Formats: sequence, structure tokens, C-alpha cells
Amino acid sequence: MIEVEDVHTYRGINYVLQGVDLTIPDQQCVALLGRNGMGKTTLVETIMGLLRPRRGEVRLDGRNVAGRPSYEVARRGVALVPQGRHIFASLTVEENLTLGARPPLDGHTGTTWKLDMIYELFPHLGDRRRNRGGQLSGGEQQMLAIGRALMTNPRLLLMDAPSEGLAPAIVDRVGEIVGQLRGEGLGIFLVEQNYQLAVRSADTVNILAGGTVVWRGTPAELDAVPEVREQHLGV
Amino acid sequence: MTEFIVQTFNGLTFAGIIFLVSSGFTLVFGVMRVTNLSHGAVFLLGGYVAYSVIGGHTGNFFYGLIAGTVAMAGLGLVVERFLLPWLHHVEMAELLATLGLVYVIDDVSLAVWGGNPLSINLPGVLGSSSHLPFRHIVYPNGRFFILGVALLVGILLYLLLHYSRIGAIIRAGVDDREMVNALGINVRRVFTGVFVLGAALAGFAGVLGAPVLGLYTGGDTNILLFALAVVVVGGLGSYEGAIVGSLIIGLIDTYGTAYFPAISYTVLFIPLVVILLVRPQGILGREAMA
Repeated sequence: MIEVEDVHTYRGINYVLQGVDLTIPDQQCVALLGRNGMGKTTLVETIMGLLRPRRGEVRLDGRNVAGRPSYEVARRGVALVPQGRHIFASLTVEENLTLGARPPLDGHTGTTWKLDMIYELFPHLGDRRRNRGGQLSGGEQQMLAIGRALMTNPRLLLMDAPSEGLAPAIVDRVGEIVGQLRGEGLGIFLVEQNYQLAVRSADTVNILAGGTVVWRGTPAELDAVPEVREQHLGV
Repeated sequence: MTEFIVQTFNGLTFAGIIFLVSSGFTLVFGVMRVTNLSHGAVFLLGGYVAYSVIGGHTGNFFYGLIAGTVAMAGLGLVVERFLLPWLHHVEMAELLATLGLVYVIDDVSLAVWGGNPLSINLPGVLGSSSHLPFRHIVYPNGRFFILGVALLVGILLYLLLHYSRIGAIIRAGVDDREMVNALGINVRRVFTGVFVLGAALAGFAGVLGAPVLGLYTGGDTNILLFALAVVVVGGLGSYEGAIVGSLIIGLIDTYGTAYFPAISYTVLFIPLVVILLVRPQGILGREAMA
């Protein structure tokens, strides 16, 4: 479980996160919605240890990891599918997948991911295992980013804008995968612009605006408050 | 024609030396984004250390080669662990600090080894010359030795980079350091390793090159200039670029000095200007380095 408590994070001189509280329980899918520039990626990078918060705590099973290097956060079972995918362009598909491969932590319940299982989940990647990451299409890169994260056998997956820039059919595929992983007991923090994708997969939805969480509830509750959706999401 | 063949061998030898220097320089930049201006000074200091070990104590070139390499690896470790952390990845601070280190190393070298040019001789059969089986060319064995060693190191580095886990981490680090870190890999340790490797390569090249280039005050900035030319041509951060760049710069400089001595620097820098105009990221460089 991850608990974010009163986190304040700057990006350069910009005061982006201004007191964020949020909980991501194990084995649940928590969505984070919000307009562009509201700090969604900043929150993901703060949780992952890529940005150091000026104030507040990020607790992983009760232990504060705020300001710890991201490799430590990763080794405690958190994996990142970053915005923009950040595939290693000069590594082959297979090298991308094996680079961070790790056995699961003690007490791991769900699937233990291995290379052939990733290729089973994403047959395209198997076909292109010798290709360099930079030669893949956007959709394939997204699958590779997800596969690369799964190979670290995390308990919690941080997915930042996984549908961004993808064709509708591939966005649907991303939605299926999120559902499947959620069903296997993986915790997922899904940061999205795509409202449909987020509400379809999530147990809880958080809306970020002005650097804080301004609304929290279930997808059904969000469906019932059109004025909230209109104001913060434009849908 | 005979002259041309001899100059080509000379050029290849020189390419081998500047490859050893620029491969470390480019790897350090690629992974750490640190432009280490003290790289040339480390090259020269490695040669000086070897000179003392060979002349003063053992008389053995290979002890000198090991001593120069290990000493510079140690210096690299100290710089990476104790100097760079002060600078907080501020590019200008890193440029100035590594440039300052050049002056420190230069002054220490001047105090210890004096201002007169020194030279290291290759031992035994490597110090003599052979008749090549064509055109009655007599060519120093030592230069073939240098070329062969550079080739060997180049191949070993290539295998390390492409067929080992640490190599995959280094290449991934050139692509995207933060993402390597986010995968649970301690990039900081990789940085240290690459920096030490770069310094060791520079020291090794300094010893290996000393029989050809000599050891003299100013030799450090000279070799740094060539390393910079190599990475501009080949692409900063690209190992394969360092190979291609070294061959181009090594040969052009040697031909230029041999055939157009009055304008040899012009001959060297014209291709540099052309590359910067046509392909500013270098022949094998990336479009944009984040």
C-alpha cells in the first residue's frame, strides 16, 4: 500500500503539488484524472522517487520513502510505465525487457512474470525481440513499457498516460490489459487524460486540480456529478 | 605510394591512440552528461607515472603500462566520488572544475617531471623495426603493437558494451538514465564504474602513446583537442562514433601533417566544420541529447 500525505513538490521553480493526500491500496486500481499541467506526472515522479518532495511523506507499507532514490522504491515493488514510454531506443526489445528483470518480493501472490509470458501477453514483442526499441511503433512501445515494468515483478504499477498518442483500438487493448493485471492482484495507479479508460478500470477515482486532490470517489459517483466532470475534466 | 602507405600506418596508429582517449571521454559524457575537460591531463599524467615506474624502478614497459592505468583509475575514482558530487550536475561547474583540475595536474607534473620533453621506449623487439614484405618498407614494430593493442581494447569494449549485463545498463543509461534508475538499478554505481573506466583508458592510452607522441607540457590539451574533434565527428556519447571518428581524425591529421604541413590544422578542422554544418549531432550521434 502507498500512502501519499501532504506532499508538496516543486518542479524547478514551479510549485506544482501543493499538499496532495492519496492512498493506493494493494490489489486495487486507483485512477488519477485531471487537466494538463495539474501535476499528475509530478505526483507519479514523486512517488517513484524521481522527484524529491519539499514536504510530506510517501509511505510504502508504512515506511517513508520520500526523497529516497528511485531504484530503492523500485526494489520495494513499485514499477513505472512512464509518460512518453521512455523505451531504451538503442537496446533491443529483449534487452529492454530483461534489463530490470527481478524475482518478486517475498509474499508475492500474483503472477511471476518471465520473458516468455510477456511475449505471450504481447505477441508483437516476441516477433520483434531482436529489433531495437527505437524502431517500434507507438503502440508496440507502450506494450514494451508495460512488459518492461512487469518484468520487475512489482506489487504496484504506476501507469502514466498509457493511452496517450495511441490509436483507439490500441487504447482498448491497454484497457483490457489494465483489467487483466488488476484481476491478477496487481495494484495499479492509473494516470489518464482518457476519462473512459480510467473509469472503466478504476476502483477509486481522484481528480487533481491546482496541485491538490479536489474530488475523490468511485466511478459511479463521478458519473453522478456532471458538474465536477465539466469543471475539472471537460467531459 | 610507399610514402602514402607509411603515412596510412602512422595515421592508423594515431587513430588507435585517440580512440582509446575518446572512447572513455564519450562514454563518460554519454552516461553521465559530464564533459570531463581533465581527460587529456589524465592521459598525460598516466604517461608520466609510467615514465617514473619504468625509468626509476623496474625498467619494464608493461609494469609502467599497468601502473599508469591503475593510478589513473584511482584518480578517476577520487574525482568521481569527491569532486563531482560537490557540483550537483551543474554543467558549467563541471566544466570549470575539470578545467581547474587540468591546471593542478599540469603544475604537479611540471614540479615532479620538469618541463623538458621525456620519452618512453618500447622494450625488446618492439623497439626495433621490421622490413615489410612489400615495397621495401621499414616500419617500427612498436607502432604495429600500439595499433594491435588499441584494436584489442576496442573489441573487448565492444563485447563488454553489447554482450554483458553491465554493457546493456551502460547503453540504457546513455538512452535514459532516470528510467534505468526507476527499474531498480543503482545508476550512481554505474556512473562511478564508467568514470573510472574512462580515466583508466586515458591513462592506458597515455602510456601506450608515449613512445610515439612523447611526454611534454601541453601534450594534454593537444590530445584533448583531438578527443573533442573525434566526438564532434563521430557523435558525442556514441561508442561506435568514437571508432569512426578516431579513424577519420587520425588519418586526416596524419595526411595533413605529412602533405600539407603548413596548413595541417586547417586540413584537420575543415571536415569538422563540414560535419557541424551538415550533421551537427555527428555521424553516429543522436538527433537530440536530453
